Amino acid sequence: MRDRVWIVAGLLLFLAVITYPFWHGVEARATSQPPVLVLPAHEKECVAPISYMRTSHMKLLLDWRNSVVRNDQRKYVSYDGKVYDMSLTGTCMKCHEKKGFCDRCHEYAGVGTPYCWNCHVDPALAEVKRP
Amino acid sequence: MKFTRREFVELSGACLVALSGRKVLAVFTGAKESEAASTGEATSTKKRLGMLIDTKKCLRAQNCTKCIEACDQAHNIPVFQNPAHQIKWIWEEPFDDLFSPAETQYLEKDRKDVLTPVLCNQCDEPPCVRVCPTGATWKREADGIVMMDWHRCIGCRYCMAACPYGSRSFNWVDPRTGLKTLNPDFPTRTQGVVEKCTFCAERLDKGQLPACVEACPEKAMVFGDLNDPQSEIRQLLASSYALRRRPELGTGPNVYYLI
Repeated sequence: MRDRVWIVAGLLLFLAVITYPFWHGVEARATSQPPVLVLPAHEKECVAPISYMRTSHMKLLLDWRNSVVRNDQRKYVSYDGKVYDMSLTGTCMKCHEKKGFCDRCHEYAGVGTPYCWNCHVDPALAEVKRP
Repeated sequence: MKFTRREFVELSGACLVALSGRKVLAVFTGAKESEAASTGEATSTKKRLGMLIDTKKCLRAQNCTKCIEACDQAHNIPVFQNPAHQIKWIWEEPFDDLFSPAETQYLEKDRKDVLTPVLCNQCDEPPCVRVCPTGATWKREADGIVMMDWHRCIGCRYCMAACPYGSRSFNWVDPRTGLKTLNPDFPTRTQGVVEKCTFCAERLDKGQLPACVEACPEKAMVFGDLNDPQSEIRQLLASSYALRRRPELGTGPNVYYLI
Protein backbone atom coordinates (compact mmCIF):
# COMPACT_ATOMS: atom_id res chain seq x y z
CA MET A 1 0.00 0.00 0.00
CA ARG A 2 2.97 2.28 -0.36
CA ASP A 3 1.63 3.48 -3.75
CA ARG A 4 -1.70 4.64 -2.32
CA VAL A 5 -0.79 8.33 -2.76
CA TRP A 6 0.11 7.87 -6.41
CA ILE A 7 -2.98 5.83 -7.15
CA VAL A 8 -5.34 8.35 -5.56
CA ALA A 9 -3.53 11.25 -7.20
CA GLY A 10 -3.70 9.48 -10.57
CA LEU A 11 -7.40 8.76 -10.13
CA LEU A 12 -8.09 12.40 -9.24
CA LEU A 13 -6.13 13.61 -12.23
CA PHE A 14 -8.02 11.18 -14.45
CA LEU A 15 -11.36 12.41 -13.08
CA ALA A 16 -10.33 16.03 -13.52
CA VAL A 17 -9.35 15.47 -17.15
CA ILE A 18 -12.40 13.44 -18.08
CA THR A 19 -14.85 15.87 -16.47
CA TYR A 20 -13.06 18.94 -17.82
CA PRO A 21 -15.60 19.65 -20.59
CA PHE A 22 -18.39 19.65 -18.01
CA TRP A 23 -16.61 22.08 -15.67
CA HIS A 24 -15.59 24.22 -18.58
CA GLY A 25 -19.27 24.45 -19.57
CA VAL A 26 -20.28 25.43 -16.05
CA GLU A 27 -17.56 28.04 -15.91
CA ALA A 28 -18.61 29.48 -19.28
CA ARG A 29 -22.26 29.48 -18.12
CA ALA A 30 -23.19 27.43 -21.17
CA THR A 31 -26.74 26.16 -21.31
CA SER A 32 -28.62 23.73 -23.47
CA GLN A 33 -31.45 26.24 -23.73
CA PRO A 34 -31.71 27.81 -27.18
CA PRO A 35 -31.28 31.58 -27.21
CA VAL A 36 -34.39 33.64 -26.62
CA LEU A 37 -34.64 35.58 -29.82
CA VAL A 38 -35.89 39.12 -30.07
CA LEU A 39 -39.09 38.85 -32.08
CA PRO A 40 -40.41 41.79 -34.05
CA ALA A 41 -42.93 43.80 -32.06
CA HIS A 42 -45.07 45.11 -34.88
CA GLU A 43 -45.43 41.90 -36.90
CA LYS A 44 -47.01 38.60 -35.82
CA GLU A 45 -46.66 36.56 -39.00
CA CYS A 46 -43.56 35.57 -40.93
CA VAL A 47 -43.55 34.82 -44.67
CA ALA A 48 -43.89 31.11 -43.84
CA PRO A 49 -44.86 29.10 -40.73
CA ILE A 50 -42.28 29.32 -37.96
CA SER A 51 -41.50 25.60 -38.08
CA TYR A 52 -40.69 25.90 -41.77
CA MET A 53 -38.62 29.03 -41.31
CA ARG A 54 -36.68 27.40 -38.49
CA THR A 55 -35.61 24.43 -40.58
CA SER A 56 -35.65 25.76 -44.14
CA HIS A 57 -35.13 29.53 -44.18
CA MET A 58 -31.90 28.99 -46.09
CA LYS A 59 -33.75 27.19 -48.86
CA LEU A 60 -36.36 29.94 -48.98
CA LEU A 61 -33.65 32.57 -49.24
CA LEU A 62 -31.93 30.70 -52.05
CA ASP A 63 -35.27 30.34 -53.87
CA TRP A 64 -35.89 34.06 -53.48
CA ARG A 65 -32.41 34.82 -54.74
CA ASN A 66 -32.83 32.71 -57.87
CA SER A 67 -36.29 34.08 -58.49
CA VAL A 68 -35.24 37.72 -58.26
CA VAL A 69 -31.86 37.58 -59.94
CA ARG A 70 -32.41 34.94 -62.59
CA ASN A 71 -36.13 35.23 -63.36
CA ASP A 72 -36.88 38.84 -62.44
CA GLN A 73 -39.82 37.74 -60.26
CA ARG A 74 -39.87 39.86 -57.12
CA LYS A 75 -43.24 39.07 -55.56
CA TYR A 76 -43.71 36.19 -53.13
CA VAL A 77 -47.16 34.89 -52.22
CA SER A 78 -47.01 33.43 -48.74
CA TYR A 79 -48.96 30.47 -47.35
CA ASP A 80 -51.68 32.78 -46.03
CA GLY A 81 -52.02 34.63 -49.32
CA LYS A 82 -50.09 37.75 -48.39
CA VAL A 83 -47.79 39.19 -51.02
CA TYR A 84 -44.24 40.04 -50.02
CA ASP A 85 -41.35 41.65 -51.82
CA MET A 86 -38.59 39.05 -52.17
CA SER A 87 -35.81 40.98 -50.52
CA LEU A 88 -33.41 40.09 -47.74
CA THR A 89 -32.75 43.64 -46.63
CA GLY A 90 -36.14 45.00 -47.63
CA THR A 91 -38.43 42.32 -46.19
CA CYS A 92 -36.53 40.10 -43.73
CA MET A 93 -34.49 42.86 -42.16
CA LYS A 94 -37.51 45.13 -41.82
CA CYS A 95 -38.60 42.90 -38.91
CA HIS A 96 -35.50 41.02 -37.85
CA GLU A 97 -32.16 42.43 -36.97
CA LYS A 98 -28.96 40.67 -37.92
CA LYS A 99 -27.22 40.91 -34.58
CA GLY A 100 -30.11 40.00 -32.29
CA PHE A 101 -31.74 37.42 -34.52
CA CYS A 102 -29.61 35.87 -37.26
CA ASP A 103 -26.25 35.96 -35.50
CA ARG A 104 -27.46 34.72 -32.09
CA CYS A 105 -29.07 31.60 -33.43
CA HIS A 106 -26.28 30.91 -35.89
CA GLU A 107 -23.79 31.22 -33.08
CA TYR A 108 -25.78 28.86 -30.87
CA ALA A 109 -26.09 26.32 -33.67
CA GLY A 110 -22.41 26.70 -34.48
CA VAL A 111 -23.00 27.38 -38.18
CA GLY A 112 -21.08 30.65 -38.33
CA THR A 113 -21.99 33.68 -40.40
CA PRO A 114 -23.22 32.88 -43.90
CA TYR A 115 -21.62 34.77 -46.78
CA CYS A 116 -24.87 36.68 -47.49
CA TRP A 117 -23.42 39.55 -45.51
CA ASN A 118 -20.26 39.80 -47.60
CA CYS A 119 -22.40 41.75 -50.07
CA HIS A 120 -25.88 42.35 -48.69
CA VAL A 121 -25.94 45.32 -46.38
CA ASP A 122 -27.12 44.95 -42.81
CA PRO A 123 -29.40 48.02 -42.44
CA ALA A 124 -27.95 48.61 -38.96
CA LEU A 125 -24.51 48.94 -40.54
CA ALA A 126 -25.89 51.23 -43.23
CA GLU A 127 -27.23 53.53 -40.51
CA VAL A 128 -23.70 54.03 -39.28
CA LYS A 129 -22.31 54.73 -42.75
CA ARG A 130 -25.25 56.77 -44.01
CA PRO A 131 -24.36 60.12 -45.64
CA MET B 1 -28.09 -16.67 -75.21
CA LYS B 2 -25.45 -16.45 -77.85
CA PHE B 3 -24.67 -12.95 -79.20
CA THR B 4 -22.22 -13.11 -82.07
CA ARG B 5 -19.94 -10.34 -83.15
CA ARG B 6 -21.86 -10.08 -86.41
CA GLU B 7 -25.16 -9.58 -84.58
CA PHE B 8 -23.57 -6.94 -82.37
CA VAL B 9 -22.33 -4.96 -85.35
CA GLU B 10 -25.72 -5.26 -87.05
CA LEU B 11 -27.55 -4.06 -83.97
CA SER B 12 -25.15 -1.13 -83.49
CA GLY B 13 -25.70 -0.09 -87.08
CA ALA B 14 -29.47 -0.26 -86.66
CA CYS B 15 -29.25 1.91 -83.54
CA LEU B 16 -27.18 4.52 -85.39
CA VAL B 17 -29.68 4.61 -88.26
CA ALA B 18 -32.55 5.00 -85.80
CA LEU B 19 -30.80 7.86 -84.01
CA SER B 20 -29.93 9.72 -87.20
CA GLY B 21 -33.46 9.12 -88.45
CA ARG B 22 -34.76 11.35 -85.65
CA LYS B 23 -32.46 14.12 -86.76
CA VAL B 24 -33.57 13.76 -90.37
CA LEU B 25 -37.20 13.90 -89.27
CA ALA B 26 -36.47 17.02 -87.21
CA VAL B 27 -34.96 18.71 -90.25
CA PHE B 28 -38.09 18.15 -92.32
CA THR B 29 -40.72 18.85 -89.66
CA GLY B 30 -39.14 21.03 -86.99
CA ALA B 31 -37.05 23.35 -89.14
CA LYS B 32 -39.97 25.38 -90.42
CA GLU B 33 -41.37 25.81 -86.91
CA SER B 34 -38.10 27.10 -85.48
CA GLU B 35 -37.70 29.39 -88.48
CA ALA B 36 -41.11 30.87 -87.79
CA ALA B 37 -40.21 31.27 -84.14
CA SER B 38 -37.00 33.13 -84.89
CA THR B 39 -38.60 35.53 -87.36
CA GLY B 40 -41.56 36.01 -85.06
CA GLU B 41 -39.23 37.17 -82.32
CA ALA B 42 -38.23 40.33 -84.16
CA THR B 43 -41.81 41.54 -84.41
CA SER B 44 -42.88 40.29 -80.98
CA THR B 45 -43.80 42.54 -78.08
CA LYS B 46 -40.50 41.85 -76.33
CA LYS B 47 -38.68 44.95 -75.21
CA ARG B 48 -35.21 45.95 -76.24
CA LEU B 49 -34.10 48.60 -73.82
CA GLY B 50 -31.66 51.19 -75.05
CA MET B 51 -30.25 54.57 -74.23
CA LEU B 52 -29.54 57.70 -76.20
CA ILE B 53 -26.99 60.23 -74.98
CA ASP B 54 -27.25 63.70 -76.51
CA THR B 55 -23.63 64.84 -76.42
CA LYS B 56 -24.57 68.45 -77.28
CA LYS B 57 -26.81 68.71 -74.24
CA CYS B 58 -24.24 66.86 -72.15
CA LEU B 59 -21.58 69.39 -73.19
CA ARG B 60 -23.69 72.29 -71.99
CA ALA B 61 -23.04 71.32 -68.40
CA GLN B 62 -19.28 71.65 -68.03
CA ASN B 63 -17.60 69.26 -65.59
CA CYS B 64 -20.94 67.79 -64.59
CA THR B 65 -20.65 64.28 -63.13
CA LYS B 66 -24.15 64.01 -61.67
CA CYS B 67 -24.95 60.81 -63.59
CA ILE B 68 -21.83 59.12 -62.24
CA GLU B 69 -22.47 60.30 -58.69
CA ALA B 70 -26.08 59.08 -58.81
CA CYS B 71 -24.97 55.67 -60.06
CA ASP B 72 -22.21 55.38 -57.45
CA GLN B 73 -24.71 56.22 -54.73
CA ALA B 74 -27.42 53.86 -56.00
CA HIS B 75 -25.16 50.86 -56.47
CA ASN B 76 -22.60 51.19 -53.67
CA ILE B 77 -19.73 51.71 -56.08
CA PRO B 78 -16.48 52.21 -54.20
CA VAL B 79 -13.92 54.91 -54.94
CA PHE B 80 -10.28 53.86 -55.14
CA GLN B 81 -7.36 56.09 -56.08
CA ASN B 82 -5.43 53.26 -57.71
CA PRO B 83 -6.70 53.21 -61.33
CA ALA B 84 -6.27 49.44 -61.48
CA HIS B 85 -8.75 49.02 -58.62
CA GLN B 86 -11.39 51.44 -59.90
CA ILE B 87 -14.94 50.20 -60.40
CA LYS B 88 -16.81 51.75 -63.31
CA TRP B 89 -20.45 51.38 -64.24
CA ILE B 90 -20.84 54.73 -65.94
CA TRP B 91 -17.73 56.81 -66.45
CA GLU B 92 -16.18 59.40 -68.76
CA GLU B 93 -13.94 58.89 -71.77
CA PRO B 94 -12.49 61.46 -74.19
CA PHE B 95 -14.85 61.76 -77.15
CA ASP B 96 -12.08 60.68 -79.51
CA ASP B 97 -11.75 57.31 -77.78
CA LEU B 98 -15.44 56.52 -78.08
CA PHE B 99 -15.60 56.12 -81.82
CA SER B 100 -13.10 54.86 -84.35
CA PRO B 101 -10.43 57.49 -85.24
CA ALA B 102 -11.54 57.76 -88.87
CA GLU B 103 -14.69 59.54 -87.81
CA THR B 104 -12.97 62.14 -85.66
CA GLN B 105 -9.62 62.74 -87.38
CA TYR B 106 -10.39 66.37 -88.42
CA LEU B 107 -12.08 67.29 -85.17
CA GLU B 108 -10.56 70.13 -83.17
CA LYS B 109 -8.36 69.03 -80.33
CA ASP B 110 -10.56 70.43 -77.57
CA ARG B 111 -13.59 68.72 -79.10
CA LYS B 112 -11.68 65.45 -79.25
CA ASP B 113 -10.83 65.64 -75.57
CA VAL B 114 -14.33 66.40 -74.37
CA LEU B 115 -15.30 63.91 -71.72
CA THR B 116 -18.38 61.91 -72.65
CA PRO B 117 -20.28 59.44 -70.46
CA VAL B 118 -19.92 55.79 -71.38
CA LEU B 119 -21.57 52.73 -69.91
CA CYS B 120 -22.31 49.11 -70.75
CA ASN B 121 -23.88 48.95 -74.22
CA GLN B 122 -26.23 46.08 -73.30
CA CYS B 123 -25.29 44.46 -76.62
CA ASP B 124 -27.60 42.38 -78.77
CA GLU B 125 -24.82 39.82 -79.18
CA PRO B 126 -22.87 40.29 -75.95
CA PRO B 127 -19.40 38.72 -76.19
CA CYS B 128 -19.17 38.71 -72.39
CA VAL B 129 -22.15 36.37 -72.18
CA ARG B 130 -20.67 34.04 -74.76
CA VAL B 131 -17.47 33.51 -72.79
CA CYS B 132 -18.88 33.34 -69.24
CA PRO B 133 -18.27 29.77 -68.05
CA THR B 134 -20.79 29.84 -65.19
CA GLY B 135 -23.77 31.68 -66.62
CA ALA B 136 -23.15 34.51 -64.17
CA THR B 137 -23.90 36.99 -66.93
CA TRP B 138 -26.66 36.54 -69.47
CA LYS B 139 -28.97 38.42 -71.77
CA ARG B 140 -32.49 38.78 -70.42
CA GLU B 141 -35.11 37.56 -72.89
CA ALA B 142 -37.78 40.01 -71.83
CA ASP B 143 -35.98 43.32 -72.16
CA GLY B 144 -32.48 42.62 -73.50
CA ILE B 145 -30.61 43.73 -70.41
CA VAL B 146 -27.24 42.01 -70.02
CA MET B 147 -27.61 40.99 -66.38
CA MET B 148 -25.10 39.94 -63.76
CA ASP B 149 -25.53 37.38 -61.01
CA TRP B 150 -22.81 38.12 -58.50
CA HIS B 151 -23.69 34.96 -56.61
CA ARG B 152 -22.45 32.94 -59.54
CA CYS B 153 -19.44 34.95 -60.70
CA ILE B 154 -16.19 33.11 -60.02
CA GLY B 155 -13.99 36.05 -61.02
CA CYS B 156 -12.28 34.43 -64.02
CA ARG B 157 -12.44 37.77 -65.91
CA TYR B 158 -13.04 36.14 -69.32
CA CYS B 159 -15.89 38.64 -69.79
CA MET B 160 -13.52 41.54 -69.20
CA ALA B 161 -11.23 40.23 -71.90
CA ALA B 162 -14.18 39.73 -74.24
CA CYS B 163 -15.85 43.13 -73.78
CA PRO B 164 -14.53 45.53 -76.45
CA TYR B 165 -15.83 48.55 -74.52
CA GLY B 166 -14.08 48.03 -71.18
CA SER B 167 -17.46 48.11 -69.48
CA ARG B 168 -16.56 45.58 -66.82
CA SER B 169 -14.58 46.04 -63.62
CA PHE B 170 -13.04 43.52 -61.30
CA ASN B 171 -13.05 43.82 -57.53
CA TRP B 172 -9.37 43.42 -56.69
CA VAL B 173 -9.97 44.62 -53.13
CA ASP B 174 -12.95 44.46 -50.79
CA PRO B 175 -15.26 47.19 -52.16
CA ARG B 176 -16.47 48.09 -48.67
CA THR B 177 -13.08 49.57 -47.87
CA GLY B 178 -13.68 52.16 -50.61
CA LEU B 179 -17.20 53.12 -49.55
CA LYS B 180 -17.97 56.07 -47.35
CA THR B 181 -21.73 55.56 -47.40
CA LEU B 182 -23.76 52.40 -47.78
CA ASN B 183 -27.08 52.15 -49.57
CA PRO B 184 -28.90 49.26 -47.84
CA ASP B 185 -31.27 48.78 -50.79
CA PHE B 186 -28.51 47.49 -53.04
CA PRO B 187 -25.84 44.93 -52.18
CA THR B 188 -22.18 45.77 -52.34
CA ARG B 189 -20.06 43.27 -54.19
CA THR B 190 -17.40 41.08 -52.70
CA GLN B 191 -13.74 40.80 -53.51
CA GLY B 192 -13.11 38.65 -56.58
CA VAL B 193 -16.21 39.28 -58.69
CA VAL B 194 -16.74 41.26 -61.88
CA GLU B 195 -19.40 43.94 -62.12
CA LYS B 196 -20.94 46.30 -64.63
CA CYS B 197 -23.95 48.48 -65.38
CA THR B 198 -27.28 46.62 -65.51
CA PHE B 199 -29.42 49.53 -66.76
CA CYS B 200 -30.70 49.76 -63.17
CA ALA B 201 -32.76 46.57 -63.51
CA GLU B 202 -33.81 46.90 -59.86
CA ARG B 203 -35.13 50.44 -60.42
CA LEU B 204 -36.93 49.51 -63.64
CA ASP B 205 -38.84 46.87 -61.68
CA LYS B 206 -40.15 49.63 -59.44
CA GLY B 207 -41.17 51.69 -62.45
CA GLN B 208 -38.29 54.14 -62.07
CA LEU B 209 -35.83 55.31 -64.69
CA PRO B 210 -32.14 54.42 -64.42
CA ALA B 211 -30.40 56.54 -61.78
CA CYS B 212 -28.13 58.32 -64.30
CA VAL B 213 -31.05 59.27 -66.57
CA GLU B 214 -32.98 60.63 -63.61
CA ALA B 215 -30.01 62.60 -62.29
CA CYS B 216 -29.02 64.31 -65.55
CA PRO B 217 -29.79 68.04 -65.15
CA GLU B 218 -29.69 68.63 -68.92
CA LYS B 219 -31.98 65.68 -69.72
CA ALA B 220 -29.24 64.57 -72.10
CA MET B 221 -29.98 60.89 -71.54
CA VAL B 222 -33.07 59.27 -72.99
CA PHE B 223 -34.00 55.75 -71.97
CA GLY B 224 -36.60 53.59 -73.63
CA ASP B 225 -37.71 50.60 -75.65
CA LEU B 226 -36.04 50.40 -79.05
CA ASN B 227 -38.67 47.92 -80.26
CA ASP B 228 -41.47 50.43 -79.73
CA PRO B 229 -41.69 52.89 -82.66
CA GLN B 230 -43.69 55.30 -80.49
CA SER B 231 -41.09 55.56 -77.74
CA GLU B 232 -39.21 58.83 -77.24
CA ILE B 233 -35.89 57.20 -78.01
CA ARG B 234 -37.14 55.84 -81.32
CA GLN B 235 -38.63 59.21 -82.27
CA LEU B 236 -35.28 60.88 -81.61
CA LEU B 237 -33.38 58.20 -83.51
CA ALA B 238 -35.78 58.57 -86.43
CA SER B 239 -35.22 62.30 -86.72
CA SER B 240 -31.48 62.62 -86.10
CA TYR B 241 -28.22 60.91 -86.90
CA ALA B 242 -26.78 58.90 -84.04
CA LEU B 243 -23.61 56.91 -83.53
CA ARG B 244 -23.01 53.70 -81.69
CA ARG B 245 -19.68 52.57 -80.31
CA ARG B 246 -17.89 50.19 -82.68
CA PRO B 247 -20.94 48.55 -84.27
CA GLU B 248 -18.58 47.02 -86.87
CA LEU B 249 -17.65 44.40 -84.26
CA GLY B 250 -21.10 42.90 -84.57
CA THR B 251 -21.96 43.26 -80.91
CA GLY B 252 -25.09 45.29 -81.62
CA PRO B 253 -24.66 47.99 -78.96
CA ASN B 254 -27.85 49.58 -77.65
CA VAL B 255 -26.42 52.87 -76.42
CA TYR B 256 -26.63 55.63 -79.02
CA TYR B 257 -24.88 58.99 -79.13
CA LEU B 258 -26.41 62.04 -80.73
CA ILE B 259 -23.59 64.14 -82.14
